[in-house]
Amino acid sequence: MPRREPHLTRERFVRVLLVLAALLVVAVLGSALIGSEHIDLLRALSPGGEQNVDAVILFRIRLPRALMAVVVGGALAAAGTVLQALLRNPLAEPHLLGVSGGAAFGGVVALILGGASGVLPAFLVPVGSFAGALATMVIVYRLGTVHGRLQPYTFLLAGVVCNAFTGALIMALNAVADFFQAHGILFWLMGSLQAQSYWLVAASAVYLVVGVVWLLRHTRELNVLSLGEESAAQLGVHVARTRRVAFAVSSLLVGAAVSVSGMIGFVGLIVPHVARLLIGADYRLLLPASVLLGGIFLLLADTVARSAFGATEIPVGVVTALCGGPFFIYLLRRAGGADL
Amino acid sequence: MSEPAIALTDVTFGYADEPVVRGVSFTVGRGEFVGIIGPNGSGKSTLLRLMSGYLRAWRGQVAVDGQPIERYERRELGQRIGVVPQETSVVFPFSVAEMVLFGRTPHLGGFGFERDSDLAAARCAMQRTDTAHLARRVITELSGGERQRVILARALAQEPAILLLDEPAAFLDIRHEVEMYDLLRDLQREGMTVVSVLHDLNIAALYCDRLLLLSEGALARAGTASEVITYRTLTEVYGTEVYVAMNDITGCLNVLPLSREHREQLRERFKGRSPD
Repeated sequence: MPRREPHLTRERFVRVLLVLAALLVVAVLGSALIGSEHIDLLRALSPGGEQNVDAVILFRIRLPRALMAVVVGGALAAAGTVLQALLRNPLAEPHLLGVSGGAAFGGVVALILGGASGVLPAFLVPVGSFAGALATMVIVYRLGTVHGRLQPYTFLLAGVVCNAFTGALIMALNAVADFFQAHGILFWLMGSLQAQSYWLVAASAVYLVVGVVWLLRHTRELNVLSLGEESAAQLGVHVARTRRVAFAVSSLLVGAAVSVSGMIGFVGLIVPHVARLLIGADYRLLLPASVLLGGIFLLLADTVARSAFGATEIPVGVVTALCGGPFFIYLLRRAGGADL
Repeated sequence: MSEPAIALTDVTFGYADEPVVRGVSFTVGRGEFVGIIGPNGSGKSTLLRLMSGYLRAWRGQVAVDGQPIERYERRELGQRIGVVPQETSVVFPFSVAEMVLFGRTPHLGGFGFERDSDLAAARCAMQRTDTAHLARRVITELSGGERQRVILARALAQEPAILLLDEPAAFLDIRHEVEMYDLLRDLQREGMTVVSVLHDLNIAALYCDRLLLLSEGALARAGTASEVITYRTLTEVYGTEVYVAMNDITGCLNVLPLSREHREQLRERFKGRSPD
């Protein structure tokens, strides 16, 4: 293979994304065939309606769940990638910054209110999560900027504090909620991609696509923003404007992910790193590649979570942390990179 | 007569309540090489940031090519003015080629790939700064001297008419320092306007057409090296005696620091008379 150009070309952009998209499709199909219940693809594809158990498992349970994993993984990875550029810190990610915690708190409030008022929680939870994610981001942003200048360390610290604060609020709510509510809250928080409908998948995918398209159009700005505000401004970027919208879009992505799947950690931290090691740091390719890789990663994790221990399912967040951590350390210690 | 490249009129600015730059006025002509000197905290970098449009003056006016700076779009300024900061911390592993191509940002729109003209501008900038062989290297793995040349290449890739530099050689050894300033002089001879903050008074005397000496945010003196670099002025502004002499080889002034013993000897010898 000839050595690649030292800068991003259209050919490489297309090639890398096609390879990742193909891997994603293979992963979705493969994941749908794996599980505690063995299914036969030929039998699933043959007609039979509700009587065809294989078809019901494949199309009603596993496929929507796999697609949801892809959407949530993509959204979390995109948010992590963008936050790292904005804060110029490879450790930035939605959990650390308290955005996930804020979204979770908003979701929990919605669950309790929904339970009390009888309004459909399925409607209220996303609203609560969005509001929680955005509100946390606004608070952290306010605390982390001085005289219009973003102070990355203050920002991260403010995020850590917000994270602890929303965590405490959630526990307090959980303690005062009645038994059934508390159980529901815990179950939701632990993070699951279970029992998703196509309708929900489609609704979440809309957020992902709109957010990622906006971000993609600003990846050139994200590149130079990662060099610092002053350099970015002098290279023609409207720093404050771009930064504010990018923060808002990433909190919406996190809000969307948390509202359907609870707290799933590590995706926003690991995936951008892996993507950077594989394909380099240029955000024009890094962002879409992270979205696809995030989808693949969460899908694999979820497949393990629901099938590794027979009929017993473990929370997918446990799997992302358990495989993600060691893999991350392995990558950090490995020399080289950026070869794809 | 053509407009000056940069004109400051009574510019005052501060980050918080206290002004850091106080009522500074001067003009930089097209194709001039101007050095900004002064003690630490005298407002040199701030002045440069006002000239680049990154900071907006509280009072007074900064004009670029005859137009008030706030009338320009950010991108327009990026096409006219290239900036080399004192130090660039890069967090992510960008390649040198990518880093130089970032200089094309003000010439490019939203998402898209670089055109041939952009690649040509970057290639040219890398040749000028002797960084073409580093194209595939990762910026975070370069030495300080190499990295600073890459940042200069990025500024040149902007194809600016004005180059602003903030102590570009602060972390360079003597060879890399003179190579950097030799290149800047070459660029100036081709028509570039160069404004550089300098720490090293000898380099300032050697390369600059004109010097601006700042003291506590105000312009203490402006003029040629021989008008600004005098024993009396430097002693007053920097608050310590220095040795100023003409260098026979260059015909430029040299400034040498003196230790406490030597300063005492000097004071003893001249007893209040100026040794100029």
